[in-house]
Amino acid sequence: MSEVKDNLKYTQEHEWINTDGGNIVTIGITDHAQNALGDLAFVELPEIGKQVSKGDEVAVVESVKTASEVYTPVSGEVVEVNEALTDNPGLINTAPYDNGWIAKVKLSNADELNDTMDAAAYTQHIS
Amino acid sequence: MLEAVGVKNINELYNNVPQEARGASFNLPNHQGEIEVERILTTLANKNQPAGSGPFFIGGGCYNHHVPATVDHIIQRSEFLTAYTPYQPEIAQGTLTAIFEYQTMIANSTGMDVANASMYDGATSVAEAALMAKRIKRKGKINYIGNLNPQYLEVLQTYISNFDDMQLVQGEPDADSACVIIQNPDYYGNIQGLADLRTKCDEVGALLVVAVTEFLSLGLLPAPGEADIVAGEAQSIGVPMSYGGPHLGFFACKQQYLRQMPGRLCGETVDKDGRRSFVLTLNTREQHIRREKATSNICTNQGLFALAFTIHMALLGEHGFKKLAKLNHKIACNLADELAKIPGISIVNKTYFNEFLVQLPTSINATELVNKLANQNIFAGLAVGDNQLLLAATEMVTEEHISQLVAAIKAEV
Amino acid sequence: MQDLLQKTAIKPAVNNSNMDVKPDWEYLARSRGLNFEEPLLFEKGKTGASGVDLPDVEDFNLRTGQDERATIGLPEVSEPQVMRHFVRLSHLNYAIDLGLFPLGSCTMKHNPRINEKLSRLPGFANIHPLQPESTIQGALEVIYNVQEWLKELSGLQAVTLNPAAGAHGELAGMMVIKKAHEHKGSKANIVLIPDSAHGTNPATAVACGFKTVTVATKGDGTVDYDDFKSKLSPDVAGIMLTNPNTCGIFEPDVKKIADDLHNIGAYFYCDGANFNAIVGKVKPADCGVDVMHFNLHKTFSTPHGGGGPGSGPIAVTDELAKHLPIPIVEKQNDSFTLNCDAEQTIGRLKGFQGQFGMAVRALTYMLSHGGDGLKQVAEDAVLNANYILSQLKEHYDVPFEGTCMHECLLSDKLQKANGVTTNEIAKTLVEYGIHPMTVYFPLVVQGAMLIEPTETETKASLDHFIAVMKMIAEETAKGEGAKFTEYPISAPRKKLDELKAARQPVLKWG
Repeated sequence: MSEVKDNLKYTQEHEWINTDGGNIVTIGITDHAQNALGDLAFVELPEIGKQVSKGDEVAVVESVKTASEVYTPVSGEVVEVNEALTDNPGLINTAPYDNGWIAKVKLSNADELNDTMDAAAYTQHIS
Repeated sequence: MLEAVGVKNINELYNNVPQEARGASFNLPNHQGEIEVERILTTLANKNQPAGSGPFFIGGGCYNHHVPATVDHIIQRSEFLTAYTPYQPEIAQGTLTAIFEYQTMIANSTGMDVANASMYDGATSVAEAALMAKRIKRKGKINYIGNLNPQYLEVLQTYISNFDDMQLVQGEPDADSACVIIQNPDYYGNIQGLADLRTKCDEVGALLVVAVTEFLSLGLLPAPGEADIVAGEAQSIGVPMSYGGPHLGFFACKQQYLRQMPGRLCGETVDKDGRRSFVLTLNTREQHIRREKATSNICTNQGLFALAFTIHMALLGEHGFKKLAKLNHKIACNLADELAKIPGISIVNKTYFNEFLVQLPTSINATELVNKLANQNIFAGLAVGDNQLLLAATEMVTEEHISQLVAAIKAEV
Repeated sequence: MQDLLQKTAIKPAVNNSNMDVKPDWEYLARSRGLNFEEPLLFEKGKTGASGVDLPDVEDFNLRTGQDERATIGLPEVSEPQVMRHFVRLSHLNYAIDLGLFPLGSCTMKHNPRINEKLSRLPGFANIHPLQPESTIQGALEVIYNVQEWLKELSGLQAVTLNPAAGAHGELAGMMVIKKAHEHKGSKANIVLIPDSAHGTNPATAVACGFKTVTVATKGDGTVDYDDFKSKLSPDVAGIMLTNPNTCGIFEPDVKKIADDLHNIGAYFYCDGANFNAIVGKVKPADCGVDVMHFNLHKTFSTPHGGGGPGSGPIAVTDELAKHLPIPIVEKQNDSFTLNCDAEQTIGRLKGFQGQFGMAVRALTYMLSHGGDGLKQVAEDAVLNANYILSQLKEHYDVPFEGTCMHECLLSDKLQKANGVTTNEIAKTLVEYGIHPMTVYFPLVVQGAMLIEPTETETKASLDHFIAVMKMIAEETAKGEGAKFTEYPISAPRKKLDELKAARQPVLKWG
């Protein structure tokens, strides 16, 4: 049974967004996603300063036999990336919502958050 | 068996074939036995003049080297010849171990950190290096300086022509350049130092790609460690000339560019019993996983000839490889000295490894000379322009061969 | 079946899960019977030996203008050591010469040794690609003859042997199509590709600068014609279709698709990986194909060599012939020549003239089989695959009903419920001395198993494969499938840690 955290927002493509940081949101992939991918071997992180639009590919997570794109649910600028994933991509598997975060994006359009799902809706989506 | 399948006639299994394509007739001969087929192919082979039939001095990106009997014997072993790409590693450790050894030899010879499991040939390997530089630097300008093998240039042009945002430009790199390609020794055999070019590349943020067409040169020249990528042709070691193919492209680069490399990679790991094992790895770069986002569309490499290279290098070893390189250089120097004695003939190069350019008198047409000597079973290198010859001298060249060439040219001068 | 089950009780003679591996004699100490453990060449120590006798070279002034090469890092072993090393390694490889190799779309047929003998004639092996043409007429004639055979077999009008492998042939073919569009002033830049396609197809399209649009596969395993129609537009440059397709089925709508494409000035590229099903029996040109590639190392028996070399010639229509890569081998009266002057060519795709050594082997195969023999090859290949299908369809899920071509597609749907997946089935085959089929491809079927026996398997060989597959299914159905998750236990290596290899890449020794 995949874990879904109440305080986060979610997308159809299994990304989560943490809006606690106000204008700067944190994104990652859900427990459901990491479970489906299996043990991760590598994470391709975005460049800091990269300008992204909603739906752009912002990272790639790779297991041994697959590579999956991670899409940003919001437009803006990538201001921070989780460097720890370079040496330890498995953090996404063990702590997808905490130490396994992928990137932080400074929002250019906060309204886009309205297009995301809440925990209940996401739980429904993956069942 | 038809019964077991549940059909009366084999054609019932071809029901999806459209009407217009059924009952096709082919204007082809019927089958023939081994004796007859041998006769036909042998007749065709006998219409060719192989290198062994006389003095041989042709180079230009493909070299007449000796392949020890052991090499050809091992690559014909069933377990190597009729094995497949090692996708099931538990029953392919033979192939995988050899690839790992191959990668090690290529990386060590070129002074790079990592090497892949081989490419089709030198020209496509260098072309893939250009595409890789573009991926890394996100710039579309590919520079080359000096005398690059003309076929390599053509292939680069072909590969780059597929992208509107790429161009091939001669000259030193600038801020828009993804990389600069330099062949060393160059097409005419000249040898260059790489330090200045390295500095320039660092200044403008471009990658340095070194192309090597005569792998044996790495046994005498300093390793091109200044490069970011070293790519080229390894046919000189273990692979017959075979009218141009199959040959053996090699590709090596610095550690930091590992994930942008094209081609297969073999890595070390352990199995469940803790035993060291080898496996194809970093597959997510490749076409069967990444599909349209792959680093290259390459699937098959040159497997059996990477093995041939590995066996030949194993036989030569640290001392043999260097000795063979020195021997080639010595013979080339002897050839140059003897040719320089002919009035009207001069050696163009100041530096060379085993190939150099010879200036003929303006009264001699190089192409005519080459063709005339070929009729005497002497292969006098490649004609360059109207009055120059590009000559290569390997360990297969004897003093007698040199005398014959010198005498033949003297007769024309 | 009892026989088969008893054999799984064999335990390996050596079980050293915690042994710290050390070079050479300690490796040998772990060898048992004919199962050798062998270190790397580099681990055999610095002996100063060389396996090649070369004359001494006294010191002389180098004319390289550079310092002499320092240490390289190559092994130092003698010829006997080299021989033993590689012969021991060869014991660790499965091969066609050992048993059935039913990889779908790989066509692992027997590799005749006459191919090897004739390709090694000095007149073929020791000729340089840049020799004067008068001295290599035989070589050009070989290439020309193979071209003529492929023209006849495909029904198309022009062939090049230049591409080095299948994917390279795809690149050539798609570049020809791109050039044809440019030539007629068309800006079409989309290529349609079925979702069942091999990964080289979209990778190639992108390498040419095309955009790709996926066409769906429908419930019977064939391309969804309606979906194809809906995606057809003036921007479509062509389609890349494998026929027979990767589900082992001959596309029934192939002519309709070809006609629709031609009506909008687009082209039909056929991936010829599965040509073995129709060689000598059906001409792709009759199905509307404009460009197709061949894999000489599949259909025409040139050896797989542990991963190459391959050879990927392409055949094209008259209209497209002017775009073929250079050099082009032409016949003028009784002699042959290399033409590098074609104005509308896509250019040179590789050095020299292509994989000549493979052309010699392919020609040997073609002459040996003849038109009649090749037709027999196709029919036998199709019959063998259908035989396997007919015997296993009661035991395994068959995603697409009906008969198949030269390969059949199964899935692990029925076994999954009892904890046995395609992966375990594959590893159990390894345990029983049979190379697994292609697994998890095509992607359109979950847990896919694509089985291509080829025509060179005897009924006995097929029956053995079928018996093992039946045993797996029956044991799993009884709830006894857990043992399959342990396999292989008899292979030289068992269950490699591929995650470790990907997370901490170690790609060379030292």
